[in-house]
Amino acid sequence: MKRTTSAPNLTASAARRTPLFERHVALGGRMVDFGGWELPQQYTSIRAEHLAVRKVAGLFDISHMGRFRVTGEAAFNFLQSLLTNDLSRISRGRAQYNLMCNEQGGILDDLVVYWGDEGFFVVVNAANREHDLAWMRDHAPDGVEIEDRTFELALIALQGPRAEELLPATGFADLPYFGLRAGQVAGLSALVSRTGYTGEDGFEIFIAAEKVVSVWDAILENGATAGILPAGLGARDATRLEAALRLYGNDMDATVNPYEAGLGWTVRLDKGDFIGRDALAQVKREGPSRTLVGLKTAPGDIARHGSVVRRQDRVVGGVTSGTHSFFLGHPIALAMVEVASLRVGETAEVDVRGREAPAEVVQLPFYRGSARSAAAPAKS
Amino acid sequence: MAGRQYTKSHEWLTVEGKTVTVGITEFAQSQLGDVVFLELPNPGRKLEAEESFGVVESVKAASDLYAPVSGRVAEVNDKLAAKPELINSDPYGDGWILKLDLTGELPQDLMDEAAYKKFTESQT
Repeated sequence: MKRTTSAPNLTASAARRTPLFERHVALGGRMVDFGGWELPQQYTSIRAEHLAVRKVAGLFDISHMGRFRVTGEAAFNFLQSLLTNDLSRISRGRAQYNLMCNEQGGILDDLVVYWGDEGFFVVVNAANREHDLAWMRDHAPDGVEIEDRTFELALIALQGPRAEELLPATGFADLPYFGLRAGQVAGLSALVSRTGYTGEDGFEIFIAAEKVVSVWDAILENGATAGILPAGLGARDATRLEAALRLYGNDMDATVNPYEAGLGWTVRLDKGDFIGRDALAQVKREGPSRTLVGLKTAPGDIARHGSVVRRQDRVVGGVTSGTHSFFLGHPIALAMVEVASLRVGETAEVDVRGREAPAEVVQLPFYRGSARSAAAPAKS
Repeated sequence: MAGRQYTKSHEWLTVEGKTVTVGITEFAQSQLGDVVFLELPNPGRKLEAEESFGVVESVKAASDLYAPVSGRVAEVNDKLAAKPELINSDPYGDGWILKLDLTGELPQDLMDEAAYKKFTESQT
């Protein structure tokens, strides 16, 4: 945000605002600072928004996420050398979930690479935008251009079992999971991917900042009778946790490797060299010493990040993410624990407000929504 | 009946004879966010004014509940177990929390509607 040299503005927050800020406020958004951006925690209630995502669809403003365009002759090889997954397994018109690691195999960020018509798009966590950009630029050879497009483009996500039906657009019904296609939404040019962070089917819509308000309004209006709601950070966190999708900063950071985070499937050691490869090959050989497990507790016993987890009085780890699920009707949590210390079906003890609460170790994900997996058969 | 009165810890109360109905205010529920759970005392429990008698847990945080007056718990709103969201949607009506049989006097520092409104404005 620009500061003028006149009297200091004591009421302005230092947080950035997306092109939809006015809309969030008009819709009753309770604004909070998230990774340096002012975003709505909720509009009406987290409960209503969470249920809307699971039953109809919810509309999220995710314009805070860092978005870089990576182009040039050497772009493909550059990304292959920087990231853990193998981009040769996708092609133009597809996206891929990826991790960016340091030399020790610690996770610097999780991100999605989109392979478009004019090169690659990399979408990163908002809080890591500046660091990731600097890291990428430091490692980029000649023949690679990296452009930060975060502020020119808006990004919104329509997520839910009825997202396809209620999207005011034609031409995306047969877009495959993790597919990417340019087209029109509400009559305006947009790039649409069938990706998301809720475990539901849905679309992420990349659109010019000056057009996004029209598209946002059109989606809400078109879906109003069906029950589409604008959904904030509270619903986003609860749904991603139900789907066991990791949150950087909570479930992983630079001290955690992909195998500990349960993301070994994104690491393709055989694709060629990449930053952290040797360290990760060793972890794979020896096996990780920690692992993420799912915990379910009784209503009222919300385990929060940092809560100690014990098994029969022995400390085995700690909660990385926890919240109440309005959809499932009980609290859920991810915990990083010593490998093999907890097995599905066993009971652990988790610290809740100074007392030990029983927690059942459960299979992940906590809930499997309508998101089509890459392995699902095509519709006939 | 004096109408609704308010405490600095954001509870409200109404008095009918010796029965005091207690809940948390609109301001409090708005600060808390969606309520998911309450820990409440059993009927018969004796409470002193300002004693913590339970917990209201929201997605964000857990907050202690304080007795605005001394009394014995006569009734607990049993709808809240299944529908804790009543605290958010109807904090002064169906979201009432406890009924107490008053013992002793009402505290002197209860606020009326206007005073409480000013008080909440000074909090934000």
